[in-house]
Amino acid sequence: MIDYIKLASSKSKGKRPYFHDDPAVERVLNITMAVAGELAVMRERMDSIERILEKKGLVLREEIENYVPDSKEIEEERQTWHSEYISRILRIVQQEMEELENPDKSIEDIANDINEM
Amino acid sequence: MAKNIPPVWNKIAKHAMLPETTHDERARYNFLANLNKHLAHVSQGNKIAYETRVEPKFEKKHGRAIRDTKELGQEIAKDPHYQIWSSLRRSTMEMRQQAGRSIVLRQAEALRDKARTLNAGKASLVLDSNCEIPAYLLAVDNHLMPGSYHTELIEDDVTPAANYDSGIFVTTAGLLGRYNDGGGKAITNWVRKNDPNFNPKRILDIGCGMGHNVLPIARAFPDAEVIAIDTGAPMLRYAHARAMDLGITNVKFMQMDAAKTTFEDESFDWVQSTMFFHETGGKSIYKIMNEVYRVLKPGGLTLHIEQPQYTDDMSLFEKFIRDWDALNNSEPYWSKMHDIEPLDLMKASGFKEEDFMQIGAKAENDLDDGSQNAEEPEDHGRSPIWNVFGAIKN
Ligand SMILES: C[S@@+](CC[C@H](N)C(=O)[O-])C[C@H]1O[C@@H](n2cnc3c(N)ncnc32)[C@H](O)[C@@H]1O
Repeated sequence: MIDYIKLASSKSKGKRPYFHDDPAVERVLNITMAVAGELAVMRERMDSIERILEKKGLVLREEIENYVPDSKEIEEERQTWHSEYISRILRIVQQEMEELENPDKSIEDIANDINEM
Repeated sequence: MAKNIPPVWNKIAKHAMLPETTHDERARYNFLANLNKHLAHVSQGNKIAYETRVEPKFEKKHGRAIRDTKELGQEIAKDPHYQIWSSLRRSTMEMRQQAGRSIVLRQAEALRDKARTLNAGKASLVLDSNCEIPAYLLAVDNHLMPGSYHTELIEDDVTPAANYDSGIFVTTAGLLGRYNDGGGKAITNWVRKNDPNFNPKRILDIGCGMGHNVLPIARAFPDAEVIAIDTGAPMLRYAHARAMDLGITNVKFMQMDAAKTTFEDESFDWVQSTMFFHETGGKSIYKIMNEVYRVLKPGGLTLHIEQPQYTDDMSLFEKFIRDWDALNNSEPYWSKMHDIEPLDLMKASGFKEEDFMQIGAKAENDLDDGSQNAEEPEDHGRSPIWNVFGAIKN
């Protein structure tokens, strides 16, 4: 099976443009926005859960509060989720490494190349 | 009630090839569609920043106005609003790719198997392993899509198309309709309205991708033989399987370079392309148009749906911001295609000036339930408002 977690976050061809004076700002912003996205995802999920529980008259808040995984399978499911999550929010760091390993032309240069193709 | 909320992702039409999505994957697409829509509003600040800060500062320092889009780009690059908008927009597009790829790559084998089942034994899918990918497609991953349209991560891969199909909703915030076919529908209606007696027997769609916009044409002319070509095998496998599942059987999907097709001279009544030419190259664009002319019957129609052109009355700023996607969302040829007048492109292939036509088109959107009608800033490079150019060959 392909490494879908790593591949999902791969970089596209061409040097990445940076817009802030310090590239570090861009890096942190990208991580922050990804986290913001995941918070929104979680919020939507919680909303689903709460609505379903409410519909069924089954809001077991305490049970949720005290829950811990009780099988190896569940433990691994949770850890895989974390792995995918971290790869997603640290996408830009992976892509900067890919650019380091494989330095790219600027899109403007590529545009000039393509203009001759 | 909030204004202009994009439709939720699960409103898009389901078909057998659409990747399966978890609750969180759908939520992630919903977040990104909203973020895109939000940033179209943030973009309004660029014009204000330009007019109130960037331009006056430059004029004060240099005693003259900014000359061209290049100079404008250098100056606005120092503006903090432009910086944050740009970095957020770039980041959103990268996140959209990440989100789509994380959905389709985890089920790459399952998607491939579904396509194999739907495509098995069908003569209407013709792949050609000798078809070379044009150099301009190998030079860049258009719209930041890693691996572009052709890369196969597994044998018989369809994930590039599955990613495109599931995620285009995010980029356009749902403005292309349930089947993402608002362009194909708009052009079909235009053709019907303009010539109700037009009855094409053979139609060619070039750069069909995963077939979004050719299917409405095929549906409108069920007796026509429709041929859709693309160089990307993953796109064609997916496009064909999707068409089968949607019950459209008069389209033949073929792997072929539009610059050198194997069709006979004067063998088509209609040659169509949609959002295609701006992803080609400076020499190929002419070769492809030559082919269009060659395969078109006398009296035949050709139409090309493209990004809006620059016009003379456009301000420097508007030209600049329209090109933002070209360079920062990796659609580099788009920044060059502006220098070509569609009329000149067509004349170079033999079309006559008096047969040339140019119209504006807007997507037909069956997802629009009225919540989208409020005044919206144009999302440059993303809004479903296009320039259509073409001709009748005489
Ligand atoms: C942006 S997509 C357009 C997809 C489709 N027309 C639509 O409206 O959804 C561009 C497509 O053109 C294809 N393409 C680019 N150059 C080509 C060529 N010379 N011959 C055939 N297909 C080409 C790419 O593989 C890609 O699938």
